Amino acid sequence: MIFAQIPLPTPRASSQGAEIDDIILATTLVTGLAFVLVTAVLITFCFLYRRRSEDERTPRILGSTVIEIIWTTIPFLIFIAFFVWGIKIFQVHLTPPDDAMEINVVGKQWMWKVQHPEGEREINSLHIPVNRAIKINLTSEDVIHDFGIPAFRNKIDAVPGRTMSTWYYPTEVGVYHIFCDQYCGQGHSAMVGKVYVMEQKDYEEWSKAHAEGSLALEGRKLFLKLQCISCHSNNSGARAPVLEEIYKKRVPLQGGGEVIADDSYIRESILYPLKKVHEGWQPIMPSFLGQVSEDDLVKVIAYIKSLRRGDIPVRTEQFYPPIGAPTQRTEVQSPKTNTENSAPKESVPKNTPKESAPKGGK
Amino acid sequence: MSLASVYLNRDYITQSAPAEPNAKASPNYLNHAYGWQSWLLTIDHKRIGLLYMLSVTGFFLIGMAAAGMVRYDLLKPSGMLEADIYNRMFSAHGIVMTFFFLIPAIPGIFGNFFIPLMVGARDLAFPKLNLASWYIYMIGGAFGIWAILNGGIDTGWTLYPPYSSKSAATNVAPVAVSIFITGFSSILTGLNIVVTVHRMRAPGMTWMRLPLFVWAIYATSLIQLLSTPVLAVTVVFLGVERLTGVGIFDPALQGDPVLFQHMFWFYSHPAVYIMILPAMGVINEVLTCFSRKNIFGYSAVVFSTLGIAFAGFIVWGHHMFLAGEGYYPALIFSFLSFFVAVPSAVKVFNWTATLYKGSITFSAPMIYAVGFIILFMIGGLTGLFLSNLGSDIHLHDTYFVVAHFHYVMVGGMVLGYFAGLHYWWPKITGRMYNEWWAKFSAITIMVGFSFTFLPQFYLGYLGMPRRYASYAPEFQDLNVLSSAGSTVLAVGYIMPLFYLIHSLFFGKIATSNPWGATGLEWQTPSPPSPHNFDKTPIVTCGPYEYSLTPEEAKAMAQAGGKH
Ligand code: HEC
Ligand SMILES: [Cu+2]
Ligand SMILES: [Cu+2]
Repeated sequence: MIFAQIPLPTPRASSQGAEIDDIILATTLVTGLAFVLVTAVLITFCFLYRRRSEDERTPRILGSTVIEIIWTTIPFLIFIAFFVWGIKIFQVHLTPPDDAMEINVVGKQWMWKVQHPEGEREINSLHIPVNRAIKINLTSEDVIHDFGIPAFRNKIDAVPGRTMSTWYYPTEVGVYHIFCDQYCGQGHSAMVGKVYVMEQKDYEEWSKAHAEGSLALEGRKLFLKLQCISCHSNNSGARAPVLEEIYKKRVPLQGGGEVIADDSYIRESILYPLKKVHEGWQPIMPSFLGQVSEDDLVKVIAYIKSLRRGDIPVRTEQFYPPIGAPTQRTEVQSPKTNTENSAPKESVPKNTPKESAPKGGK
Repeated sequence: MSLASVYLNRDYITQSAPAEPNAKASPNYLNHAYGWQSWLLTIDHKRIGLLYMLSVTGFFLIGMAAAGMVRYDLLKPSGMLEADIYNRMFSAHGIVMTFFFLIPAIPGIFGNFFIPLMVGARDLAFPKLNLASWYIYMIGGAFGIWAILNGGIDTGWTLYPPYSSKSAATNVAPVAVSIFITGFSSILTGLNIVVTVHRMRAPGMTWMRLPLFVWAIYATSLIQLLSTPVLAVTVVFLGVERLTGVGIFDPALQGDPVLFQHMFWFYSHPAVYIMILPAMGVINEVLTCFSRKNIFGYSAVVFSTLGIAFAGFIVWGHHMFLAGEGYYPALIFSFLSFFVAVPSAVKVFNWTATLYKGSITFSAPMIYAVGFIILFMIGGLTGLFLSNLGSDIHLHDTYFVVAHFHYVMVGGMVLGYFAGLHYWWPKITGRMYNEWWAKFSAITIMVGFSFTFLPQFYLGYLGMPRRYASYAPEFQDLNVLSSAGSTVLAVGYIMPLFYLIHSLFFGKIATSNPWGATGLEWQTPSPPSPHNFDKTPIVTCGPYEYSLTPEEAKAMAQAGGKH
């Protein structure tokens, strides 16, 4: 933390980051000084000893053992100091504390698959609490990748067949880059993601919403089972609004006015869909009154509240075709509504279908 | 500069100074025979040197074109090209530049041309083998270019498996074959030079009287001999795994991907010194000549050259600190990497001290040489960030690394190459180039180079990874700056092509020793006669006695010949 006062050009969000910035800055200063000194001497000599007359003589200087020894030893000693300092940082990098929270990360062409201790899973994003040691267990399913988070000043290779580990102690809440730093093929530059450093309580909330066996997860199952997905999917041309991030947002209503999408609005939309119709959409949603138990309703609502961008599945993902069937599934046949519903698309927040594998690094 | 103002100091000169005006009358190596056969079947080391010059220049232009595409793509965060194309471009750039330009350039061109002249020999030890080396190089190179144009390769020049062995759908095997073939050319050239330096030195040319360029090429050749076979084995393994599915590197087949990295860098780190040592050798010749001084600490420079050559073999693991090579290997490799930096630093100090009390003129070769020292220093010093286990965690595999090795390769090797080209051009061709254009291109190259690569250090610190076809928008400004710099750099590279070719036809006729240099190569006419020396020269003093008049040199030689 020697150089803590210096404003940073790029975010730094981990405790080790400060150490690494220190050593980078110190190396910059020392090598910079050496560079300036030698260059100054070099240029001074060039100027001072430029040829002034054609038959100028030069002294016959062959060298000096003493000087050679001096300028061999001094850099060597400075190097040793930096070497030792580097070891200390490297040791820390490789040895996570025992109480660290363990997160498993798997690299795969071209995405990062993350699994949390409570079973929460995510892709190309990593949610972690602030001020808590996080240990990453890293491996790869195919080729070598490298899980790098510049804001943490951390990276480590993901080598197939091995589990590598590193750890961080995030200190600043925020959203930072995850980069794949080891070339891994076509989508290498698209193998990026975001790390979300959250307050402990936000993290717990997030975690609860994504945990295996949690309300939200149960709700997800129901959402599929009750066929909500047949309309509320992430497919382009879906017949109903994508429900991602709808919670606490304003919804414009047909016939004017708007409403905040809170718990009660969501509940009402499921039980009495025709009461308040989302502007620009056809009132085709059937009422689920009497079809869902209260218990289940709570779960479904919890699921809808937990939805972040990209969470709603694409429909084909859910209805696996029988083996041997053509893999490209088409829309469920309902000719009437199909044509009627092409119009209102632009009034919905644009949710393009997310694909698990980015194509072409664009 | 007239010959009279030069302090010649070798006995050879005083015994049989070449008759300057008649030099043109006797045939030289360029005009003693004509026709394509006299070139393609030549066993004259000088003509083979020129063959290398032509082919190396061709490969350089191809590598440059690929680099241009890379910089073009990076103008925009989303990339101007398809990721597939971009990946092929940076791979082509790396492969062509490393294997077909950086490694063969100075040993192939100047090593071939000048080692026999500088040690006072009539040719290399094995002239036919020398021609064979060039053919092998051309076959390997042509095969490589064919593979690159015909579908290309997208693994980067590092060819890391398992991506290269099972995932990449591109021409990995053909490129591996081309690298394998080219490697033999490297080995044979190295062998030829080592034997020549051991066996064919002129009388009186003791080891400690060898010009430092010869030492540098000699050390380089040793590295080529010892390390290139490892590369050959590595690419064979890679090819075998890719073609037959026998598991060597792929963990899915019980192989070990880190093993490949060990083998690859066991060659490719020393290869860095195959590229840079010859350039350092050139710098010694140029600096002493244009400052009219003895090199400061001849033996220190010799031992640092050998030290670098040796230590270069034991630092390969610094490329794998974060690849799971283990804690203790990382410690040792980090330490050794710091260690190998010391002789490089010593060289810079010795060069600087050489200028002390000199009589310095700034002809084009000298401008390149001073530029070399400054840029190479940046390259070397930034290496310290990467040999350091702490800072490497953040900077590894980012643009910082890209900038660092371009400072060593381009700021170092390429500037050294240009310094040598301008220094020896009059000797090779018998013509003087336009000095103003030469200086102008030197400055353009340095300015363009700095604008291209200085921003990349900073990009690396900000976290931009290498080999990204598209990148986060906050990196755009620096990338645009870098691409703009690269166009200036390209202009700087193209200029010599014009004024050097122009000089071939319209340049002033060069005297045998336009710079008043002391090396034996300058005691022959320009261009040299087919057999170099009519009479075997006798060497009586060290290579850089610029401070002595011929009489003083002679007197000193008679007094006991201490160098
Ligand atoms: C036949 C298609 C269809 C099915 C099946 C369907 N919905 Fe809907 N849903 C819609 C349409 C169309 C709207 C927008 C019009 C409206 O507000 O009624 C909508 C609106 C909603 C809204 C309000 C969102 C907003 O933006 O205003 C919620 C919440 C909702 N649906 C939940 C569900 C749940 C939960 C299920 C399954 C139990 C489900 N829907 C099943 C078509 C459907
Ligand atoms: Cu990658
Ligand atoms: Cu290396």
